[in-house]
Amino acid sequence: MSLNVINFVYLMAAVLFVVGIKMLTHPRTAVRGNLLSAVGMALAIIITLFDHHIIDFKLILLGIVIGSGIGALLALRIKMTAMPQMVALLNGFGGAASTLVAGVELMTRGEFTTSFTVAVAASGLIGAVTFWGSLVAFDKLQEFVLKGNPIHFPAQQTVNFIVLGAAVAVSALIVLFPENAALYWVLVGLASVLGILFAIPVGGADMPVLICLLNSYSGMAACATGFVIDNSVLIIAGALVGSSGIILTNIMCKAMNRSLGNVLVGAIGAAESGPSADAVYAGRIKSTSAEEIAMLFEAASRVLIVPGYGLAVSQAQHVVRDLTHLLEQRGTDVMFGIHPVAGRMPGHMNVLLAEANIPYDKLKEMDEVNGEMDQVDVAVVVGANDVVNPTAKTDPKSVIGGMPIIEVDRAKTVVVIKRSLSPGFAGIPNPLFAKDNTLMFFADGKKAFLDLIAAVKES
Amino acid sequence: MELVLALTVFVLATLLGFEVITKVPPLLHTPLMSGSNAISGITIIGSLVAAGSGFKGLAAALGMCAVIFAMINVVGGYLVTHRMLKSLKKSK
Repeated sequence: MSLNVINFVYLMAAVLFVVGIKMLTHPRTAVRGNLLSAVGMALAIIITLFDHHIIDFKLILLGIVIGSGIGALLALRIKMTAMPQMVALLNGFGGAASTLVAGVELMTRGEFTTSFTVAVAASGLIGAVTFWGSLVAFDKLQEFVLKGNPIHFPAQQTVNFIVLGAAVAVSALIVLFPENAALYWVLVGLASVLGILFAIPVGGADMPVLICLLNSYSGMAACATGFVIDNSVLIIAGALVGSSGIILTNIMCKAMNRSLGNVLVGAIGAAESGPSADAVYAGRIKSTSAEEIAMLFEAASRVLIVPGYGLAVSQAQHVVRDLTHLLEQRGTDVMFGIHPVAGRMPGHMNVLLAEANIPYDKLKEMDEVNGEMDQVDVAVVVGANDVVNPTAKTDPKSVIGGMPIIEVDRAKTVVVIKRSLSPGFAGIPNPLFAKDNTLMFFADGKKAFLDLIAAVKES
Repeated sequence: MELVLALTVFVLATLLGFEVITKVPPLLHTPLMSGSNAISGITIIGSLVAAGSGFKGLAAALGMCAVIFAMINVVGGYLVTHRMLKSLKKSK
């Protein structure tokens, strides 16, 4: 088939990607948008099979069958609570594919231009960082080997810079001596170490930033590969994903009032200043029971539920829905207030609650619920801590100082469902728990909601 | 393709990306990530050529691995995005 036809189909694919993403701006059109994007991808794949370079379909067929099988299995079996891991893993595979393509191109080309070799080095570097960084992120979220906590060691930054410097130096050697393909695999090795080093200091509640950044990297890797094989659809698609990841990274950092650099070195957790937990909590904590909360619900006309990662951990989303239905049947208005960094990736709480059949118009953004907070009779915080900590507003020197929060402390009554008074990821006490209008319900998230449902039914 | 032309495409696509993606609401941020992630699987195009050009030995094996990785990315990404988007419903 002529190159013009092939390139025209690639252009159509690129247009479908852009239109598809544009349709993701509204839940009504989002399903179709995603399908359009998938059609674009299918077109691009099919037309590539007519490329005159391709003479052997055995390996292609085998690869497509294996890859599609694994991909479909992952996508259908994964739990919504594990979506951050899934996305991390997929980011990584995209990066790995880009690295391998660039490597094969370098090994099989006879002549090299400088722009080609620079693109190959970029592809290898970014792709391998993406792959290993994503594997670490996956592992931290899944808690196989590493637990979710930030990992630090002496002279960490120095080591990182040395590895980065070495990777850049080897990249330069690849540009100078492209005939020596072994150099490329040295670069990939160094970039792999760099990817691991880059991901291990990030932990816990900072994971959304890491995943967004890796998302961006996977796009940039594809983009670099586009320069390697001289293909504009890769450049366009990669640039779209690259900018998407950067925008989300930025939104996440803003929602924590921290710089990207601060998140990446894992600087949070060093809470040397501020009052101790004992000073904040002593004698001021009021514990409550399911029956008492049920009475509060009965008198309430507006209830706000503020979920955090703890909701995902205790798999409480379905019982939360049951309670929501029960309260609504009794004429109570129930809303959800979702902080941008609640959960382990952007929008994590939204998809979790949506899958439990909670309509999306009940899932409100932080600014919206803060505007209506004075009319909220009962605010129920479940599995969230730092994102409702008033210290963010009262103490600019605190580790979370200046971070926008969901201001549940302004609601008439606050119920906090939590197993203990242990601090959140920021490692600081939460004065919300000691406020006069706050009641603590010490229980596991799921069990707490089951008890609440029983209590509401009895009352 | 000329380098400057390729760079032009890159810069314009990045600007377009910023313009479109800024408008995606937080409600759809997770599907945006998985959906855009599937798009980054476009590297499948390079993978197909690498696997099908009749190279021998290591290059062929790496090419096939690239196809596997990219296809996991593409199929997994679109399918899981579809699953999430299907679950979004409005109040009756």
